[in-house]
Amino acid sequence: MIKLKGVTKQFGTTRALDNFSLEVREGLVYGLIGPNGAGKTTAMNILATLLLPDAGTALVNGRDVVQDPQVVRGLIGYMPDFFGVYDGLRSAEYLEFFAAAYGVPAAKRSRLIKDLLELVNLPDKGEVYVDALSRGMKQRLSLARCLVHDPRVLILDEPASGLDPRARAELKEIIRQLKHMGKTILISSHILPELAEMCDEVAIIEHGRLVTCGPVDQITRSAKGARQLKVSVAEPVPDLAGFLNQQPGVSSPWVEGLIVQFFYQGDQSQQARLLQTLVSNGWPVIEFSEVRRNLEEVFMAITGEEGLPNGGN
Amino acid sequence: MAEINPVLLKELRQRFRRGKTAWLLALYLFTIGGFVLAFIYLNWQSAPGYYQPNRSLEIFITLSVAQLFLLAFVAPGLTASVISGERERQTLNVLLTTRLSTWSIVWSKLVASTAFVVVLMIATLPLYSIVFLYGGIAPGQVPGVFGFYLLTMFLFASLGIVCSAFFQRTGVSTLTTYGLVFALTGGTGFLAAFLTEVGRINRPETLVNPGFLNWVVEFLQQTNPVFVLLKILAAEDGIQTGVSLGLPYWANYTIFCLGLGLLLLFWSSRLLLPQPRGRFFRLADKRSHGDGFSG
Ligand SMILES: Nc1ncnc2c1ncn2[C@@H]1O[C@H](COP(=O)(O)OP(=O)(O)OP(=O)(O)O)[C@@H](O)[C@H]1O
Ligand SMILES: [Mg+2]
Repeated sequence: MIKLKGVTKQFGTTRALDNFSLEVREGLVYGLIGPNGAGKTTAMNILATLLLPDAGTALVNGRDVVQDPQVVRGLIGYMPDFFGVYDGLRSAEYLEFFAAAYGVPAAKRSRLIKDLLELVNLPDKGEVYVDALSRGMKQRLSLARCLVHDPRVLILDEPASGLDPRARAELKEIIRQLKHMGKTILISSHILPELAEMCDEVAIIEHGRLVTCGPVDQITRSAKGARQLKVSVAEPVPDLAGFLNQQPGVSSPWVEGLIVQFFYQGDQSQQARLLQTLVSNGWPVIEFSEVRRNLEEVFMAITGEEGLPNGGN
Repeated sequence: MAEINPVLLKELRQRFRRGKTAWLLALYLFTIGGFVLAFIYLNWQSAPGYYQPNRSLEIFITLSVAQLFLLAFVAPGLTASVISGERERQTLNVLLTTRLSTWSIVWSKLVASTAFVVVLMIATLPLYSIVFLYGGIAPGQVPGVFGFYLLTMFLFASLGIVCSAFFQRTGVSTLTTYGLVFALTGGTGFLAAFLTEVGRINRPETLVNPGFLNWVVEFLQQTNPVFVLLKILAAEDGIQTGVSLGLPYWANYTIFCLGLGLLLLFWSSRLLLPQPRGRFFRLADKRSHGDGFSG
């Protein structure tokens, strides 16, 4: 449904996208993950017909975004990472404006707007001025706005940023419904766990290049090659790090007060055995857990950068 | 399409809902109306009860010129933010992903922003009728002046729109528009006068091409709103160059305003398209990222 082939985009000396390729099959929720400046927004802007690629092709449903921008615009609903709303317009009027801008027949609009407001849980906000909505509401209204022309593809640039946990959960629910409606959804974030729950597949992008892509469990499994574990002890003990370093699968332990963190390779039963070893050797362990790693660390684990251990070690 | 353009409808809604609009209208009428009434009052004082066609023409001329200057202030202020404002509020990208063509966006923005100016002018019509009642004005002059306003406003508004499409910031865009409007009203007038002086001081035979100089002066004054307005008002004949530009002055001015205005609008619509990197479009190229980190 979405296909990027060898897309390159250069801004001055920065190469925002470097021979970037990606394929998203119809009906999938696809996550695009990368740290700040990785090129996610650039890739999405190219798909949204807002930027021209310097090289390569971008297709939506087989239509080239450069050759047929008008067709592509009708196929996609795009929500930018930062967006504003018009002042002096009510929510319903806001949606009506975009429905008209997409050429939705006037007779269908009021029904459509009602349905959309319901879908995004704003059923009673139609007469409220847009600029008086809270940030989460604006985000949802914007999502409704993406849907006015019933696009087959949604391109959502960091839709969850700036939302509180509850709003995030609501967003996830809406995305689930949209998937159910058969939409293909490309969604970006720099937090892997956030996407892992709602995506079927993810691609990891850094410095404009594709690092890896595939089904979520596959990615997390490969990333599990080096999980980060944390051990807390009740009282100071000498050379815990040294002891850990001798255990199989442990690498790069570092101590901060009563906490030791290290990278660990091994499955869950091996991990349980490690805990047993620690306890049976008399270490006063009060906590033994996996650190929820942020994306950068997953990167490091996957790409083996910065001298950290990688999966094949 | 029978339906009103969505951008136009939206803009009108936004503009006419704001309290600002009513205030501006009130202020405008107050300024112009106060001026006319003061003039009439003073006239009445000096010679009560007299029919004074010359005086009336004077009011008409002053009123019309004053209105031109107010236009020159209002039109750029209303148009110089139409695109850059959307960019600053981060609504432009979304608008550009709809199926509206950039040309229809630009065009509806022009109509919406000038609609207010048209309202301003229509609101001043009663004042004109007062002046008209006092006599001394040919019936054709009032429509002539209003046609002139429409054309001039179209040109000024197009200037504002192209600046707002070209520059990232509304501040820069507004300043540049005022600069250009000033150059077009004052600047070319002074230039015409200056060039005439140059022609007069130098003996014709020492000039490279006196015919060309005269042509330039004639062109400048026929495209200068102040000169053209004074000519419509039959108050001033301008600088005598003896050159003809082929058509009557009002036709030349019409062509100039419509032609240049349409060209600028077309350029604006091109500036809104995604830009391949190029020298002239650099400024526009940054926009997609523009304000990304403020929100
Ligand atoms: N219009 C532009 N002009 C100059 N540089 C740009 C422009 N747009 C993007 N870049 C650069 O391209 C790179 C990729 O930017 P992009 O916005 O695509 O990253 P991102 O993955 O969306 O990051 P974030 O998580 O911060 O949103 C960055 O280094 C950025 O500075
Ligand atoms: Mg981004």
